[in-house]
Amino acid sequence: MTNEALQNIITTWIPELEFSEAESQFLNITVKPEQLHELMLQLKNNNETKFDYLFCLSGVDWGTDLGVVYHLESTDYRHTIVVKVKTADRENPTFDSVCDIWKTAEFHEREVFDFFGIKFNNHPNLKRLFLTEDWSGFPLRKDYVDEINMIVK
Amino acid sequence: MEPIVVNNNFKSEEYFINMGPQHPATHGVLRLLLTIDGEIIKKVEPDLGYIHRSIEKMCERDSYQQIVHLTDRMDYLSSNINNEAVCLAIENALQLEVPERVKVIRTIIGELTRIASHTLWWGVMGMDVGAFTTFFYGFRDREMINDIFEETCGARLTMNYNMPGGLMFDIHPNFIKRTKEFVAHFKTKLPEYDALLTNNIIFQHRTKGVGILTKEDAISFGASGPVGRASGYSCDVRVHHPYSALDKVKFKEAMRTTGDTFARYEVRIEEMWESLSIIEQLIDNIPEGDYKVATNAVIKLPKGEFYQRVETARGELGVYIISTGTKNAHRVKFRSPGFSNLSLLNHISVGSKIGDLVAIMATLDLVIPDIDR
Repeated sequence: MTNEALQNIITTWIPELEFSEAESQFLNITVKPEQLHELMLQLKNNNETKFDYLFCLSGVDWGTDLGVVYHLESTDYRHTIVVKVKTADRENPTFDSVCDIWKTAEFHEREVFDFFGIKFNNHPNLKRLFLTEDWSGFPLRKDYVDEINMIVK
Repeated sequence: MEPIVVNNNFKSEEYFINMGPQHPATHGVLRLLLTIDGEIIKKVEPDLGYIHRSIEKMCERDSYQQIVHLTDRMDYLSSNINNEAVCLAIENALQLEVPERVKVIRTIIGELTRIASHTLWWGVMGMDVGAFTTFFYGFRDREMINDIFEETCGARLTMNYNMPGGLMFDIHPNFIKRTKEFVAHFKTKLPEYDALLTNNIIFQHRTKGVGILTKEDAISFGASGPVGRASGYSCDVRVHHPYSALDKVKFKEAMRTTGDTFARYEVRIEEMWESLSIIEQLIDNIPEGDYKVATNAVIKLPKGEFYQRVETARGELGVYIISTGTKNAHRVKFRSPGFSNLSLLNHISVGSKIGDLVAIMATLDLVIPDIDR
């Protein structure tokens, strides 16, 4: 399915989404945190979109905003889409978990929690994955400082 | 008649046991926390991070040329393919068209890397389930590929042969001859692999029907590479999103439908045959031309987001670069195949025995630095 056709279908579910194809090879959707889970469930379950393969889930620190980027593909139709969700709350960033939709998200969300401190509601086992439990701070955030172990150019 | 009451004097009790972080069957520093009842596995919880180097954070600090060198140290058995992935992402971002010669050489070396990785896997797979000879057979054949690599670029494992814009050097004059020698040699040796291990009845009993992964679960867990394809899930990036010279060659995507340990084993054996076929199709037709195009000494990617998918020996590797237009990346994410494949370990091994877990882990073919990026 073309990006345009995808956009037309998805707009009928949730009207106030932001679509963009600039500066990226995929169709990008930016969604509000409270609508994330609803959109994701539709993307997976709708027969015309069927995005059943979450091939990448990345945490991103845009400087002011923290967020998560989901790369989705349909193994039937082979179309791809990118969903982005952002929040300006750096103290307590929280999104809904999608690991009830794609099981791979369970590990990926733990990784994002570990390095960005982004919490996921309804995650079955949200704790640090790589770092130790007593580690302070979230290393992949842009404002993370570790004077001993980091070489800053 | 009264029902017979079986008085079971043996109480069932669950307990924890550590496997790793230095266990021979874990192929690196992976620690598994097993909950077991007798010898039956109730839960497998991986404990990661023993060799995490935060390559993604280092990528934000280093220049784009330097990033390529870091990727060797993720999945070191697919080092050349990792390098290629980053180079392709950077070249796509710069809209740089590399010469045909570069594409063909990259594909040949990529397939040689895949065979080298699979021969090592085959050797240690046999050893994990108690067949010691396979290790020597596998390493004997892998040595020939490593010698070709050494002659080509000076390194045997972490190659750094790719760079944005092409290759570091042209191929060695002996490259074509030695690659052909290897292909001819390996074609006589692969049937020996089958005779020694595949057809071994003890091996088949250890692997058939063990660790079954359904197609739906494979997709949901984000399985890729031989792990996904053994469950009947067509997930070869080389087929669906061809890169370099892979659109010019014909090959069959190795697939099985049973999804058990033996199916994953068979897929990898078949993949080695297909890789040989790809090399044969290209080795006589390497186009003449330059082995690189010039790039600026300081590479600045345009503002935007770039994603490149490649098929390493383990599955789908994704390189996601967010650029703000400066000489450093704002964010680099590596979607590693081993990370997703590890996440399904608990799902497929619950209910089986500890010995089965070793066989299952062997066919997931985990490389720990790929998971602990």
